[in-house]
Order: sequence, then C-alpha cells, then structure tokens
Amino acid sequence: MGEMLIGLYVFVLATLAGREVISKVPPTLHTPLMSGANAISGIALIGALVVTGLADTPWVKVLGALGIVMATINVVGGFMVTDRMLQMFRKR
Amino acid sequence: MNTESTAIIAQLAYLLSAILFVSGIKRLSSPATARSGNIRASQAMLLAIVVTLLDNRILDWTTVLAAVVAGGLVGVVLARRIEMTAMPQLVAVFNGFGGGASAAVAAAEFIRAGGGATALSTGYGLTIVLSTLIGAVTLSGSLIAFGKLQGIVTGRPVTFALQKSLNALLFLVVLVVGAGLAHQAAGDALASVLGSTGTAIGIPFFLALVAGALALGILLVIPIGGADMPVVVSLLNSYSGLAAAATGFVLGNMMLIIAGSLVGAAGLILTQLMCKAMNRSLANVAFGAFGTGDQAVRAKTGERPVRDVDAEQAAMVLAYAGSVVVVPGYGLAVAQAQHELRKVCDLLEERGVSVRFGVHPVAGRMPGHMNVLLAEADVSYDKLLDLDEINPEFESTDVVLIVGANDVVNPSARDPDSVIAGMPILDVDRARTVIVMKRSLSPGFAGIDNDLFYMDRTLMFFGDAKEQMSELVREVREA
Repeated sequence: MGEMLIGLYVFVLATLAGREVISKVPPTLHTPLMSGANAISGIALIGALVVTGLADTPWVKVLGALGIVMATINVVGGFMVTDRMLQMFRKR
Repeated sequence: MNTESTAIIAQLAYLLSAILFVSGIKRLSSPATARSGNIRASQAMLLAIVVTLLDNRILDWTTVLAAVVAGGLVGVVLARRIEMTAMPQLVAVFNGFGGGASAAVAAAEFIRAGGGATALSTGYGLTIVLSTLIGAVTLSGSLIAFGKLQGIVTGRPVTFALQKSLNALLFLVVLVVGAGLAHQAAGDALASVLGSTGTAIGIPFFLALVAGALALGILLVIPIGGADMPVVVSLLNSYSGLAAAATGFVLGNMMLIIAGSLVGAAGLILTQLMCKAMNRSLANVAFGAFGTGDQAVRAKTGERPVRDVDAEQAAMVLAYAGSVVVVPGYGLAVAQAQHELRKVCDLLEERGVSVRFGVHPVAGRMPGHMNVLLAEADVSYDKLLDLDEINPEFESTDVVLIVGANDVVNPSARDPDSVIAGMPILDVDRARTVIVMKRSLSPGFAGIDNDLFYMDRTLMFFGDAKEQMSELVREVREA
C-alpha cells in the first residue's frame, strides 16, 4: 500500500474520531474549543521544522523560517489564550 | 542506536502525541476538565516538536531557534494582551498564520523538489498544490475576517457586479494552474499552449497559484456580513486544519495528517452548528450577502407605540421578580457591559431572585463568544444555558432581560413568510415580562422589525448598555 493511501486511511479515521469527541463539547465551551483546535492546527510547525532543517537553498530556508514563525505564533498564542479563557470558567 | 530504530521511536512518540491530542480534546467536553484538556493538548504539541527536532537532521539550528523564539514571543504577547471581546479577531489571525505556515511549507517543498524543473509525481504534486491552495486561501480569508471583526474593513457585505462570476473564473484559473503543476501531461499541454516548455512554467505557475489563492480568500470572505462571522471563523478554522493535513501528505508525516484532520473536523462541526442555529445553508451564508437589506423589505420602525422605562422602573421589575433570565447579545460585547451586568445579577441573587443566562449559539461574533465574556465577568458556568436548555423555562420565568440582542429573540422567525423563518430563537416572548436593553429600535442584522418590542409585556430600556447597566446597579441596590 502506498504512503498516500495509508495517509488517506489515517486522515479519514482521524476525522471520524475527531467528529466523535468534538460533537460532545457543549456550546458553553465552543470558543475555547475553537481556539484550542486552532492551536493544534499550528502542527504545521512540525512540517516547517522539517523543511527548514533540510534547507539547502536560501529560498527554502526563508520560506521554512517564515513557516516556523507563523506556526509558532499560532501554537504558543493559541494554547496560552485558550488557557487564559478556560481558567475563567469557574463554578461558584 | 541506528537510524531505523530512532525513526521507529519517533513514529511511536508521534502516536503517543496523537493519543494525547484526542484525549485532550475529549476533556473539553466539561468546563471542570477543560483546562487540563488544553494543557494535555499543548503537551502533545511539545512532544511532537521535540521528537521532530531530534529525529531530523537540523543543519541550521540558529535559524530554526531564532524563528521559534520570534514566533513564540509574538504569540505570548498577543495571548496576554487580548481583550476577551476581541477573541474572534485573534482566533481569525491565528487561523490565518496556521494556514500561511502550511502554504509556506508546501512552497518550500516545491522548491526543494526542483521548482517544477523536474516533473513531480502526480500524487506528490497534487498534495503540494492542495496544501498551498488551502493554506493561502486560509491566510488571506482570515486576514479579511480579522479586518471585518476589528472594524478595519467594513462589517457590511461588500458586493459588486459580476462578483460570483469573477469568483468562479478565478477558481477555474486556480484549478487549471493547479492541474498543470500537479500533473505532468496537463502541465506539458498547458506549456505548449503558452508556447513554453513544461519545466519552464513551474515557478510562474506556482506564483500564479499562490496569487490566485490569496485573491480567492479575500473575495470569498468580503461579501459576508458581520453577524455571519461565526460561520466564517468556524469554516476558516476547518481550512487551517485541512491545510495542515495536506502538508502532512506532502511530507508523508502522519502527525500532521492526524492533528490537521482533528482540527478540520472541529471546524466543520462548528460550521454546521452555526448554520443550523441560523436555519441557513452554508451556501446561503457564503454567497447570500445576507444583511445588505436586499432580501428584506426594510420595515419602518418606531411608528408603533412602545412602553419605555427608566432605570428605576426596570430595577423595580427585576428586584421584585422570582426568576430572571438574562439574554446577552453582541451589543453587550460592544458596550463592554458584562461586568456591570454581573453586578446587577449578584445584587438580584442577594435578594433571592433566581438568575440564569440564556445564550443563543450565534450570539456574538464566534461560537460561544458570549459564554467567554460572561465567564470573564465571573458568572458561574452552570448558570449559562443553551437554547435547548432554556427554551422550556421561559414559560415559568417572571422577567427576561435582553441586553443588546435582536434577531435571535425575534418571534417572526415562527412566521413562514419572514426572512428569518425557521431560525431557532429564544422564546423570550413566553415570559411574563420582557425588558429589552437596546440603544434604539433600529433593526438587527437581518434588517427586519421585531414584534417583540411592541408587545404589552415588553418594556424598552433605551440607552448604552454600559451606562444603563451602571444605573441599574444603583437602582437595584436601593430598591
């Protein structure tokens, strides 16, 4: 089985798993869910680290570094602001 | 250790990271466990990053670390400084960066693979094209959404003649260029039409793809109005995940595919929920240019008599009620009146009045926006009830206090001829008394009049929500 096909299996199954867990998140927490999910989409950082690490030409390095900066803003900012929000959800 | 076994260890670590992501999201299903869930997801991310750095031969640590530190600092500052009312625009910006990062990685891969000078395999070419396309659309679309939410770009739908035709044409161009990049035969055919060779068109075609995708992102978001932003932000969230997943296909990295598809699913579910909460299709939100007033015959407001009250009268009604349900809308966020509102509620509770909140799914500018504002104002989360939970309760509610909401409490949604027909609303008109705190009688986003304002049981409490709420604090204290 080709790598693409395995990737497709993983993609479909992970989407279904995601659907299951996410549909149980109550409306009260939809904003933190969204900003948390947002931080997770910064996983592109992994890709940016790989290409920058392998960079052999200046353009690849520039694009890779740009990718790292954008993705890190997304990851660090996303998780931190989600935490800031969630610590406000208190029961009195 | 040889390289093969380190690669296996890295893959297993990615698997662990994927499990942590899923279980972290699962913990978001309750406010009591949500914070630990987010921390778990962030640990999953950290694990994935560390594994990636150790597993790959990093040639230039200086560049990598400098970029991480720069991005991290910007992220910290943004996350700390942002006002809760501005969360939707922050999420939009982060989304855009996520998409932009995916596109940048795909572009770097394209260059590394020879920049089109050597033919790419179809599967590889296709994933590079998809990742670039979705990433760039997410980037520019999110920046426009940010501009609209921040008030830099008008919140009204921007429409012009032949807009849909232009979008369709642009989409077609992007598809053709994409096909030319992804498929060698298609690329050669296009090149011969243009009087060039397949290998020479690589870079120009790629730049055309990026430019086309960026333009498409702008054009797709610009005709969508402010109150439809919850749908747009959800959809862009989904795209940023899909872009990351596509990048995973490019690099053959399962971690990216898994995390990307989780986000894609989250965004898609929220998009569906938001559309359902407005009883509109995604196509209608995306292309309907709702809120221009084209669809609605703008009702003449203010010709029918209303009962208006001042703070003292409103305070009396509230203070002597047994049960109060507060319905917050975007107007509350605009006026930043959530803290004063909470003070009013505290005073009422001290008097023994039961106070709860009824929150409509599309209140605010992103899903769950109102809940975050109320949580910030220290309202206990068990008092925040959603549409299905609160609707059966209105019948037995003494007073409903509506703060800056309009369309979501408009009973004309039950009228099949209304523009908002079938939209699930909060049944506030079933309560004994309704107090509407609002600046004026002007219609909401849907551009239609609201019969609720003219009911005998409705008291209109006009003015700026923050000032009026401060008045109310004083008056309830004295009541």
